Amino acid sequence: MNFFAIIAIYKFEMARTFRTLLQSIISPVISTALYFVVFGSAIGSRMEQIENIEYGSFIVPGLIMLTVLMQSVSNASFAIYFPKFLGTIYEVLSAPISYVEIIVGYVGAAATKSFIIGIIILMTATLFVDVQIKHPTMMLLLLALTCVSFSLFGFILGIWAKNFEQLNLVPMLILTPLVFLGGSFYSINMLPPFWQQITLFNPVVYLISGLRWSFFGTADVSIHYSLFAIGIFTLICIAIIGWIFKTGYRLRN
Amino acid sequence: MTSIISIKNLTKTYSNGFHALLKLSLEIEEGEILALLGPNGAGKTTLISSVCGLLSVPKNTITIAGFDVSVDYRKSRSLIGLVPQEITIEPFETVMNAVSFSRGLFGKPKNSAYIEQLLTDLSLYDKRNQKNMTLSGGMKRRVMIAKALSHEPKILFLDEPTAGVDVELRKDMWDVIARLRESGVTVILTTHYIEEAEEIADRIGVINKGELLLVEGKNELIQRMGSKNLSIELQEPAKKIPTSLSRFNLTLSNDGMQLNYIYDVRAQKTGIVDLLSELKKASFKLRDLQTSQSSLEEIFVNLVKE
Repeated sequence: MNFFAIIAIYKFEMARTFRTLLQSIISPVISTALYFVVFGSAIGSRMEQIENIEYGSFIVPGLIMLTVLMQSVSNASFAIYFPKFLGTIYEVLSAPISYVEIIVGYVGAAATKSFIIGIIILMTATLFVDVQIKHPTMMLLLLALTCVSFSLFGFILGIWAKNFEQLNLVPMLILTPLVFLGGSFYSINMLPPFWQQITLFNPVVYLISGLRWSFFGTADVSIHYSLFAIGIFTLICIAIIGWIFKTGYRLRN
Repeated sequence: MTSIISIKNLTKTYSNGFHALLKLSLEIEEGEILALLGPNGAGKTTLISSVCGLLSVPKNTITIAGFDVSVDYRKSRSLIGLVPQEITIEPFETVMNAVSFSRGLFGKPKNSAYIEQLLTDLSLYDKRNQKNMTLSGGMKRRVMIAKALSHEPKILFLDEPTAGVDVELRKDMWDVIARLRESGVTVILTTHYIEEAEEIADRIGVINKGELLLVEGKNELIQRMGSKNLSIELQEPAKKIPTSLSRFNLTLSNDGMQLNYIYDVRAQKTGIVDLLSELKKASFKLRDLQTSQSSLEEIFVNLVKE
């Protein structure tokens, strides 16, 4: 195992975060604060409780998941796409380092950043609403698993993308709608029965629901389904990355 | 001398069907400076990329110090430093961080003393805390060399190291390469500049259309393939070359004071004795004789033309 390489990539990526503090951390925190002001305070004050939970508190897990998903994908995809764009990827490809070590370095850094942002958003939320966490260990586990799995997805995206437009295509056109329609701001039980069934095909539902369960002890779907969904998604991403490195897809050809 | 790099029957075909390399075999000796010459698209960069791990290659085609690049990639790659053709460095990083990152990537523990010495040797120490994007083109190229040397490699690949740099910096680079050789590093460089190969290389390889046309010691190559020019200075101007000398294909200078005779050093009879005899018969009075060797450039142009 080339630990020095993993540490080098990890530190290099984390240094980029702190170099771009405004864009990396402060910007998502401000966006989330705005969501709380608009949805939590302005609209939430006119909403009834959902499953005996104040609306402002109810949306906290969804907002955390919204930001964490987007950040994981964008951090990891940018981390690998930028060296490709600059041409500096040659150094990683010519180094005595396995693809597992490359992934641990890049995805580890991207997931760490997203996790930190998730925790910062949780702390930001406490400034606006009352936040109680029933299952804190499970909350941290779900958050960490989500950060890792979607960073893996972002890594695939960064390798696949040939230009900046493609890099933004998936987050904008697929991920954002899935998150917004995945119950970030509502319970899927509020939907008509037909749409409830359709929504169950949205993988993000299981993530948000799982996190919501860790906060309130109740959720749209069972926590077991949520863990299973994250596990399957992570395995699929690992399999795709394994194939990418084995074939050299868009890296060594 | 033992081979540190061994390439056997390497063929590389891109997805569009273009054959970048065709059954190329090459042995590179430890401690030498090998210059690879070739026109654009000849396959030089593809060859380097294949050796350095940037392109996938089949097993048993390339070994570095006995390690197969496809199987023992950790051992083989740890011996190599690569400076690619394009200037590609992280613009927002400082010189020191960029070079330290490269060292870590190649599995070496932190060694500030070595990195500082390396930066000093490459005249980069004063710039160590500057961001890469603030450096001049020449300095950026030095940073790339520093990055390639950060893990103390035994082999250094330089893909057109002096492309687009001024004469002074080019000579500085040649000094750097000479020092590296003295420290035992094997250097393989590609170049368009014949004088660069002529100046610093021990051996020359010529690639064209994916094939290695030859690899030979620089001096032997010039000796073997080079033609020579015999300049004959006359005491009195000649108006024309007599027909009795036509078989020598002489050329006469504009002022009529000099005859030039090109001959092949490899030929059993160079024709010089016959020429001098014929000149005497034709009553030419000679002032001086001078020979000069043809340059690598002429040899290269002739090889590629063939």
